[in-house]
Amino acid sequence: MKNMRKHGILNRRTLTLIIIALSVIIILAVTAAGFIMDEELYAPHFAEKNLPPSGHHLFGTDWMGRDMFARTVKGLSVSIYIGLLASCATSVIALFLGVIAGTFGKYASGIFNWFVDIFMGIPHLILLILISLLLGKGAKGVAIGVIVTHWCSLGRIVQAEVLALKDSQFVKASEKLGKTKLWIAFHHIMPHVVPQFIVGLILMFPHAIMHESSITFLGFGLPAEQPAIGIILSEAMKHLTTGMWWLAVMPGISLLIIVVLFEAIGSHLRMLLDPYSAQE
Amino acid sequence: MAKKLLLSILKMILLLTAVSIITFALAELSPIDTVNAYIGENSISAEKRAQIEAYWGLNEPAVTRYLKWAGNILHGDMGTSMIYRKPVASVIGERFSLSIKLMFVSWVMSGVFGLLLGLIASAYRGSVIDKAIKVYCLLLESSPAFWIGMILLLIFSVKLGWLPLGLASPIGMTVEEAPLSDRIRHIILPALALSLTGVSKITLQVREKMNQAAESDYALFARARGESKWQFIRRHGLRNVMLPFITLQFGALSELFGGSVLAETVFTYPGLGNVTVQSALKGDIPLFLGIALFSALFVFAGNLIANILYSVADPRIREGGHSI
Repeated sequence: MKNMRKHGILNRRTLTLIIIALSVIIILAVTAAGFIMDEELYAPHFAEKNLPPSGHHLFGTDWMGRDMFARTVKGLSVSIYIGLLASCATSVIALFLGVIAGTFGKYASGIFNWFVDIFMGIPHLILLILISLLLGKGAKGVAIGVIVTHWCSLGRIVQAEVLALKDSQFVKASEKLGKTKLWIAFHHIMPHVVPQFIVGLILMFPHAIMHESSITFLGFGLPAEQPAIGIILSEAMKHLTTGMWWLAVMPGISLLIIVVLFEAIGSHLRMLLDPYSAQE
Repeated sequence: MAKKLLLSILKMILLLTAVSIITFALAELSPIDTVNAYIGENSISAEKRAQIEAYWGLNEPAVTRYLKWAGNILHGDMGTSMIYRKPVASVIGERFSLSIKLMFVSWVMSGVFGLLLGLIASAYRGSVIDKAIKVYCLLLESSPAFWIGMILLLIFSVKLGWLPLGLASPIGMTVEEAPLSDRIRHIILPALALSLTGVSKITLQVREKMNQAAESDYALFARARGESKWQFIRRHGLRNVMLPFITLQFGALSELFGGSVLAETVFTYPGLGNVTVQSALKGDIPLFLGIALFSALFVFAGNLIANILYSVADPRIREGGHSI
């Protein structure tokens, strides 16, 4: 109510849609900018070393005279790319396993829960390091590490949703009509689970990108020559004591903004998809 | 009750066995050469190398080695660390005694502040305070723990110079020699970095549960009886919040362990997290496997305690009725 009065013609729903659209546009713009960026933009220029942020270098330059704004955008786009890839893959696994665990009775859910317990039992960071070592570090190791460790919580949500749906009238009716479990899973369960799944997927992204940057920061992730956010921050770590604050602050805030945008998309999409709050 | 406890301990042992198999298999499949970690920078002849391999039993099949490793662990022998040249158990014990202080301080801080902030936000629902707390939580939840650590370091150590840049004791002194005041000064920043991220999750959850409770019929009745805001929180709110709080607080141990690895790296705090990174970077497989297993035990122990506390805190279980 308050919002409606404040924004005059815009009602809550329109406002939500605008927020989602804006966030998507910003994220797409950063990703695209990073991909088509000329390497010259973040190449070393030793004449312009250690400059604080200014109009010319928005985020300043580092000890090799590389423009930090260009590096940050490039790094963000790499991180977004890997994060999206990994969170999509892990969400599909979560959906698949969650639906199976929910549909196929006691044993399936028993096995599912057991595996979730195992994967939740080892701290994610330890498992990520182990998988990254296994695959010889690099982008592939990070992506697969995130995929292997992140499906658990979304899988549980999907499973709970499926279990609740199984008791519903229309599923019972379908069962009595002799439909197979697989048919029911695809025709009755999936359509209900998909909205939850999409929100879960988008909210998975912040976790993915933060684990990606953490593991890279520790030295098990992306290679040092790639301008990823984790690399930029771990390099900034070495120059922290020299007072070059912008090396750590600016890329970090940029990462923070991207993560907040994803959370905004996720939570606003949930408001739209959830019938209880959609009409507010 | 006793039966349930026994069951969960049994389940824990089963899970730990599975974890040990998985971690061992992953390490086994990885391209890391354990012998290289042992010899370090020295170059040795092929003959000597074969000798070392035979000494560590690296020629035997993986299954045999796993069984040997697991059997030794049951006897309390976790193998020898390649980089520290000491038994793994003693390396873990030494370093964990430093880490546990850090983790405990931040664990308590994030629990207390998370609960308090959540209660305050809920008590002043919809007000500026509530919104400020919410924004604060969302921002903290969205920033990586190591970055928060770096920012704290930048402000309090580099700019203001109030607190030391890292380590657990002043340079040239071991931790045991350092006076208590110095040790505390070294623990403040890493503990703060570690607890700041933990706070947001608890606050948001507590706030939501409290809001739910405040909208219930019994809340309406309580207000009709003339209970004040804080009376309601004390008498009804806290009881409702307690169960999810216990789950979150003890479930946070996994993230706490991961976070301590990052915080200890940023602050060069010589605890278990630092050793974790070192052992993985240098390919010290016995030590890393030991730490992985230990971390799993740490997390499972947290879950077990949460289960036990549940049966104390939840009247439905305490009274011996049906469990949830």
